[in-house]
Amino acid sequence: MIVGERKPMEELLGMIEDFERILVLGCKGCVTVCCAGGPKEVKTLSTLIRMDRKQKGRKVITIEASTELQCEPESIRPILEKMANQYDVVLSMACGAGVQTVAKLFPDKLVLPALNTNFTGIAEEHGVWTEACLACGDCVLGRTAGICPVTLCAKGLLNGPCGGASEGKCEVSKDQPCAWQEIYHALKRLNRLHYLKQKPQVKDWPVHPGRVVREDLREVETT
Amino acid sequence: MSFRESLESGKFLVTAEVGPGKGTDVEHLLKAADIIKDRVDAINVTDLQSSVMRLGSMAFSHLLTDMGIDPIFQMTGRDRNRLALQSDLLSAWVLGIRNVLALTGDHPTMGDHPHAKPVFDLDSVSLLEMIGKLNSGYDMAGNELKGAPEFLPGAVVNPGADNEAALDLQIMKMEKKIEAGAKFFQTQAVYDIDLFEKFIRRVEGFKVPIIGGVILLKSAGMARFMNKNVAGVFVPIPLIKEMTDTKDKVKKSVEIAARIVKRLKNLCQGVHIMALGWEKMIPAVLDQAGI
Amino acid sequence: MDNFEPLIAVFSCHYCSYAAADLAGSSRIQYPPNIRIIKVPCTGRVSVNHILMALEDGSDGVYVAGCLKGTCHFIRGNYKAEKRVQYVKDLLSEINIEPERVQMYFMSAAEGTKFANVALEMTEAIKKIGHSPLNKSRS
Repeated sequence: MIVGERKPMEELLGMIEDFERILVLGCKGCVTVCCAGGPKEVKTLSTLIRMDRKQKGRKVITIEASTELQCEPESIRPILEKMANQYDVVLSMACGAGVQTVAKLFPDKLVLPALNTNFTGIAEEHGVWTEACLACGDCVLGRTAGICPVTLCAKGLLNGPCGGASEGKCEVSKDQPCAWQEIYHALKRLNRLHYLKQKPQVKDWPVHPGRVVREDLREVETT
Repeated sequence: MSFRESLESGKFLVTAEVGPGKGTDVEHLLKAADIIKDRVDAINVTDLQSSVMRLGSMAFSHLLTDMGIDPIFQMTGRDRNRLALQSDLLSAWVLGIRNVLALTGDHPTMGDHPHAKPVFDLDSVSLLEMIGKLNSGYDMAGNELKGAPEFLPGAVVNPGADNEAALDLQIMKMEKKIEAGAKFFQTQAVYDIDLFEKFIRRVEGFKVPIIGGVILLKSAGMARFMNKNVAGVFVPIPLIKEMTDTKDKVKKSVEIAARIVKRLKNLCQGVHIMALGWEKMIPAVLDQAGI
Repeated sequence: MDNFEPLIAVFSCHYCSYAAADLAGSSRIQYPPNIRIIKVPCTGRVSVNHILMALEDGSDGVYVAGCLKGTCHFIRGNYKAEKRVQYVKDLLSEINIEPERVQMYFMSAAEGTKFANVALEMTEAIKKIGHSPLNKSRS
């Protein structure tokens, strides 16, 4: 999932300073799972905004809503269109992709990000998320026993470890295991240590922004 | 004799190391190099060692060539992408640099600019492959070069990896480096000779010269620091005790280093002495070791 | 300020503090009339938003009264409540509201006196902090 964190209130309150009618828009996708921008967090943030304004004696109207997937135009269009004249600004609690989808669909509305989008990651336990995928566009997990060296090796090395690990930990952090030692153990367990001997890899980095096209799915041109 | 000729002659090799500092002052380094120039086959010049911003390896390597010393230009993948690495190698060649040591490099968080963007576009293995390609007259993208270098590429290996997985991985990577063109290896500092011998037994079949690393122990404190902080370096307790018990630290340090060099003579093809500022002691170490 | 009578919401666990409140009542132990008890099946059910709603809707203080540590009927509910109370305190600090307005207490069903003492302690504490900035209109 995409993992995000709410921005500090001071920053958020500064962003919405000029506005009185705010649509706080959550997303029921990734950011619900990582407890950053789902319906619950929409309620929390809206309450905090109202409490802040009440203290300051300033008016505010918060509308609370959540889309199924804010990165998916079909899921946001009905909600935002229906209420278009009820809000002046959208405070999006989705990831950066969600925020940009809203901005693209509603070019006449200002959209503000309530979250900082951190990474594509997994839950280690409830309340702890770690980065797992850099979306490099050329997956090597099949050769590395499902442990990503591009993400989990601090140097993103593809041809084995550097010499910096000590006691199985990365030179960058004593809390981080050496990804290549983890790969070694996993491949050994799977009887696939020979995978380590494949010919050297050089990563061809993708050009950003990325774009994936499936012609078979695109709209058909007639006439 | 150039380093390549020494290597090909099969003689026991001696290399040393200088690390340019932060700033433009190079006088003391040139002096240190001058003291040892007649006793070594080549001098390594480090590339922003420990990720600390310093004077560059290429410029100082070039200064060494002016003194008639054959430098080993250390190059890491930490700070440059493949464009810069290839370009710097061509530049190094025209400046008279003939030997390159390809390294992955420490992570920037280890140094004094911890938030610098880490590059690592190429690692030590792909860096070696790229050097081979330049030598053959082409760049990484397959474009032909007008005038090709003829570098002697080398690499490093850490024989003191502290567990089986780490050691197996080091040896696998060493094989990859050989396939990618490494013509010699320099190692991390060796103190535990028995452990090093076990390592040598595993890799001697590769038939690539190994130059064993020796760091002059300056004090017991330094030994303890390395044990704690330098991956793959382990100074055995009796050696630390020798340093604690001695009255003359310099004399003891030279004696210990000479003892290690003597034993390495029977195990590998050379020694790489890292004096860390005590370069003037290197001749004494070599004398005592009978080299 | 002298005659400020705070309004305090108490999220009270069915298995302990709610029974303790009963015991205080049947034992004729006096406690301040400022508290409003909301009975919950377990303090683990109390969410961040519940506490915020109570504050937004006019409470000058809120506390959660769960079982003694190690005695939660649902094993961990009171520990979870404690962490959420801390989280709410941090949120309040972010919008410059005194985090002391929200507290966590632990007590057993047998502690009628403690229930009364906590009610008194919290009432006194909120009196010292003063009106909730969200509720200046109420006297």
